[in-house]
Amino acid sequence: MSTDLKEALFGYTLRLGDTSLVLGHRLSEWCGHAPELEEDIALTNVALDLVGHARMLLTYAGELEGKGRDEDRLAYRRDVFDYRNHLLAEQPNRDFGHTIVRQFLHDAWAVELYGRLCASTDETLAGIAAKAVKEVRYHVRHSGDWLVRLGDGTDISHAKVADALGRLWPYTGEMFERDEAEQALVAAGIVPDPAELKAAWTARVEAVLEDATLDRPADGWMQKGGRRGEHSEHLGYLLAEMQFLPRAYPDATW
Amino acid sequence: MYTQGLDAKTEQGAQPSPRLVTEQETALQGRFQERVDAEEKIEPRDWMPEGYRRTLVRQISQHAHSEIVGMLPEGNWITRAPTLRRKVALLAKVQDEGGHGLYLYSAAETLGVSRDELIGQLLSGKAKYSSIFNYPTPTWADIGAIGWLVDGAAIMNQVPLCRCSYGPYARAMVRICREESFHQRQGYELMLALAQGTAEQKRMAQDALNRWWWPSLMMFGPSDNQSAHSAQNMAWKIKRFSNDELRQRFVDATVPQAEFLGLTIPDPELRFNAETGHYEFGAIDWTEFNEILKGNGPCNRERIEARQKAWDDGAWVREAATAHAAKRKQRALKKAG
Repeated sequence: MSTDLKEALFGYTLRLGDTSLVLGHRLSEWCGHAPELEEDIALTNVALDLVGHARMLLTYAGELEGKGRDEDRLAYRRDVFDYRNHLLAEQPNRDFGHTIVRQFLHDAWAVELYGRLCASTDETLAGIAAKAVKEVRYHVRHSGDWLVRLGDGTDISHAKVADALGRLWPYTGEMFERDEAEQALVAAGIVPDPAELKAAWTARVEAVLEDATLDRPADGWMQKGGRRGEHSEHLGYLLAEMQFLPRAYPDATW
Repeated sequence: MYTQGLDAKTEQGAQPSPRLVTEQETALQGRFQERVDAEEKIEPRDWMPEGYRRTLVRQISQHAHSEIVGMLPEGNWITRAPTLRRKVALLAKVQDEGGHGLYLYSAAETLGVSRDELIGQLLSGKAKYSSIFNYPTPTWADIGAIGWLVDGAAIMNQVPLCRCSYGPYARAMVRICREESFHQRQGYELMLALAQGTAEQKRMAQDALNRWWWPSLMMFGPSDNQSAHSAQNMAWKIKRFSNDELRQRFVDATVPQAEFLGLTIPDPELRFNAETGHYEFGAIDWTEFNEILKGNGPCNRERIEARQKAWDDGAWVREAATAHAAKRKQRALKKAG
């Protein structure tokens, strides 16, 4: 693999790993506080899967980078501007409906992405995707079912998820952004074309929104910046909490 | 995670009926005791004395509540676990506790009480949960100490429950014990990493041991001579060993583990008695235990408030799920009609 391509793949893997980690972290905040016991267990399951994906992806990113950074070095010793996650992932939980909308918008993307990454010409990435796709298929069913229940539940639940959908929709454009580096990865058959992903994601999202009796928001201005390390105010607090121990005791191993 | 000594004198309501009403009942009672004595399992549809049923509902639901409330002190560190491996392990552990709560509520439901009713009793303060979860987890070492000591004590208590006379409870405990012993090893391994780490980490580990040691000993409940219901629960084979026996077993198993870690048990009177082969330990401060039981522990209020908040915040979600299920049913009926 050429140096440029390797660097592009490092960036791509890091984005994917960071998105999984940050979203997994957000879901883990629910542990012990969900609306019912079954849901506590289910949300924790998804959080576990996402952190698991993050570990594989960050480990691989560290190998591609070749500077000796392992998963923990990457997770715990980077500040906000070096994080590359989607802005969607770092949005706070707010309420259960907001969490479900955020999760569904992400899961609908992840299931299409990992399904295609299984055929990546990069064997490691294909291997990670093959493991992840089985889990994200469950995730999208879980979040999609809840979105339908809440959208087509009571007036209150409908209003809550409709509001969340409006708030979060502007963060969905980022999932399909492309740049030159990514273009090269697409050309090499390493990653799928974002345009193709967007079409599949849109079809999936529209079908669930219809069942949920929710209107699809219009595609207006989209929030961007995650891939350049330009984040919302929320990520700093998330990292401050997550990174506390390794930052406070830099010489310790745990 | 755990149920504590259930036979504190402060607890009411588990006394067997003082007089038997009919001859038929006497016969049933006799037959019941014979089955228990023969180590047969009692199943939900079998006849059982009302006192047995009440004791089990109280014990199993208290155990279930302990699992659910127990998710909170450890959950406190999920977002701050210092490595991704530790984060995943802690998430999985707390999730296991939720799972234990789920099967225990199911076991209690076989005795004719609903989960919502039991949760209502927890939130109103009518039902108890293990007092150990009313202590705070201010540092990361608390996660290790809980796994090592609290789960360790829980295992001592729970392994005999796998042979409890009530079938659904005994079967739930088999699975729970398997997972608890995994948690206990994980907690010890976490403590080991701290004990072998930097001076600051070692200090953290010692501090956690100082705070969790005595509360862990209290988990076995009051001393045998203070215990109200032990004899009946033993006869019913709900309980197999006395509180003091189990506590002694725990001390004997745990002291060498602390020595291996290079940590000091916070008890100046602790010493090994070569004649008996057991460790002797200092007097437990039961005043503290009783105060916590009364609701005066450092976190009693926060724990119940957190459960109440989750319940209240989740009300609209549960209502929506019910409403949606009703709509689907209606649509299916319409389609069929």
